[in-house]
Amino acid sequence: MLDLAKYQSIGAALEDALDQFAKEICLIESDREREKDRLTYQEFKERAQPLARALQDSNFRAADRAAIIMTNQSKWLISAYVIFFCGGVLVPLDYKLTPDEQWQLLTHSGASVLITEYPIWRQLAASAGRASATNLRTILVTEAPSNIDLAGAHRWEDAPANNVAPTLVPRTRKEVATIVYSSGTGGRPKGCMMTHENYLEQCVALTSLYPFAPGFRYLSVLPTNHAIDFMVGFFGPFICGATVVHLRTLRPEFVRDAFAKYRITYVSLVPLVLKNLQKGLQARFDELPPGKRKIFNALVAVNKALTKSQPRLGLSRGLLKQVHAGFGGELRAIIVGGAFTEPQTLQFFYDLGIPVANGYGLTEAGTAITVNDLHPFRADTVGKPLPGMEVRIVAPDKDGIGEVLVRSKTVMSGYLNEPELTAETIVDGWLKTGDLGRFDSAGHLQLFGRKKNMIVTEEGKNIYPEDVEAVFDSLPIKEFCVFAANYIWPQRSLVGEQLVLVIHLEPGQTLTEDLRRSISLLNSRLLNYKRVHGIVLYEEDFPRTASLKIKRNALAERLAKLDRPAAIQAL
Amino acid sequence: MTYPMRTIDQTTQEILDLASKHFNVPAGTLAPDDDFFKKLGIDSLQTLELLSRIENHFNIELPDYEVQGVSDFRTLASRIQSRL
Repeated sequence: MLDLAKYQSIGAALEDALDQFAKEICLIESDREREKDRLTYQEFKERAQPLARALQDSNFRAADRAAIIMTNQSKWLISAYVIFFCGGVLVPLDYKLTPDEQWQLLTHSGASVLITEYPIWRQLAASAGRASATNLRTILVTEAPSNIDLAGAHRWEDAPANNVAPTLVPRTRKEVATIVYSSGTGGRPKGCMMTHENYLEQCVALTSLYPFAPGFRYLSVLPTNHAIDFMVGFFGPFICGATVVHLRTLRPEFVRDAFAKYRITYVSLVPLVLKNLQKGLQARFDELPPGKRKIFNALVAVNKALTKSQPRLGLSRGLLKQVHAGFGGELRAIIVGGAFTEPQTLQFFYDLGIPVANGYGLTEAGTAITVNDLHPFRADTVGKPLPGMEVRIVAPDKDGIGEVLVRSKTVMSGYLNEPELTAETIVDGWLKTGDLGRFDSAGHLQLFGRKKNMIVTEEGKNIYPEDVEAVFDSLPIKEFCVFAANYIWPQRSLVGEQLVLVIHLEPGQTLTEDLRRSISLLNSRLLNYKRVHGIVLYEEDFPRTASLKIKRNALAERLAKLDRPAAIQAL
Repeated sequence: MTYPMRTIDQTTQEILDLASKHFNVPAGTLAPDDDFFKKLGIDSLQTLELLSRIENHFNIELPDYEVQGVSDFRTLASRIQSRL
């Protein structure tokens, strides 16, 4: 088991790793079929030093905040290392958000430094939201064309080489290392303050089940701002001297090619991508001539029988050679997370001898809470609690299903600037997840829906109704409210979660085609994964507080009396 | 030998034809202002597949960031047109 007890901070642990594994390859960056970059740990350190100096020279001090908005690439990780090295707090933001949303979070985080890439900066610079980020002093932009005015930003690559080596700024375990936004672009931003201890402990726990070592290659497809990729696509592999492979283009064909080209050991995927992979493989199997199909099915059955109690990678690779060759022949596991994965998809891959590390976690808990340990593989659960995790179910119903609570050194210290929300979420050291589950007799956690009003898409995106409501403000109706349909009508399922728009019309008003069109038009202004899927017509006044805020819980209780299929009109 | 430049309308029509073919939708049912996520019922991954077909057809490379946030054929066509 990895021992990180001697380290106080992410920066200190990474600094040691860069020296310990100096000659190993740490990063490969590929753009389509062209390899753009290949760095050893020593070269990574050399690239980081000028930036660290430049940041320190710009008066960036311990506990100052620096945001990164970039697609997955070498400079993301180099920048993150530099921020930790300088004692800063990293604010990793989703590059897929709109510029206005990014400015909103930049402002909320209080970041004084922004590191981004040119195409993103072009859009950010043109957005009116920029005026709000008054804390921002330094903006560094990668890959900007020469002779272009960067609207007050500086080129990342222009950090001058300097012979004076920068020195690590020490931090302690309990101090904040990152602010990770789990939601809140439209309403109340939820910036999870993660400590150095959170990451050091999570790294030890995860690598005890899924170890990294020099020569292991991790394919980084999920955005690195996402808690999973940050851990298994940066911190974990770096601490162990493994290699991270970045692709600048995430077209399915290039992702497929990368498995074989770089003989990938691990990859993390969201359920949507995993299902797509399954679909592609199934189509190829279906095209096999009857004779070959029969042999293939027999080999799958043999593999299934021989791996019942635990994976046997060598054996599976031998039995189902062609399938494994397509994945590079060295794949140890696919890590899936960010959203609920259907058991049949997990089973499909396991039967082919490709274990899927299915787990459950949330940003607030420091990535993963439970993970399938594969002894034996179970497709119907999200696994057992990781080492160091205390998990309990509170207020169970007659079936033993209740809210999942977690206590661990990996749980965040709180939400930035939200002491009340923090106090509601972490009670006596226990994090209330808002998810419903129960333990089976083997100690595996099974999930059965949510207690909270939100959805998680198959792409791993957390969507809170409050974050999408503003787009409907101009609707000419009396009042409206967005809900997760399963919050109103609990389903005991995490499959196909959807948002619905509940509308209350003015007296005498009807839901005309024009009004429907207006709703559709406004809906289409949202990013595709944030859109509502149906309308619910409600004919009474919404219950409201004295300050006229909608009482969402009370409204949900009233709506629950409606018949779900009849109440939801497709949009 | 030089080829005449496509007009934006031609580019848009070729994209609509490619999308119809790729997703098995009868020709003529897609319009430039259609939201392709909604009209075709596709997800972000399927959009990337369509982009690969479009790249091959027009013989261009379209970086992922160029199509970030794009959800209608007309806007997509304008991004492609600027690279032809």
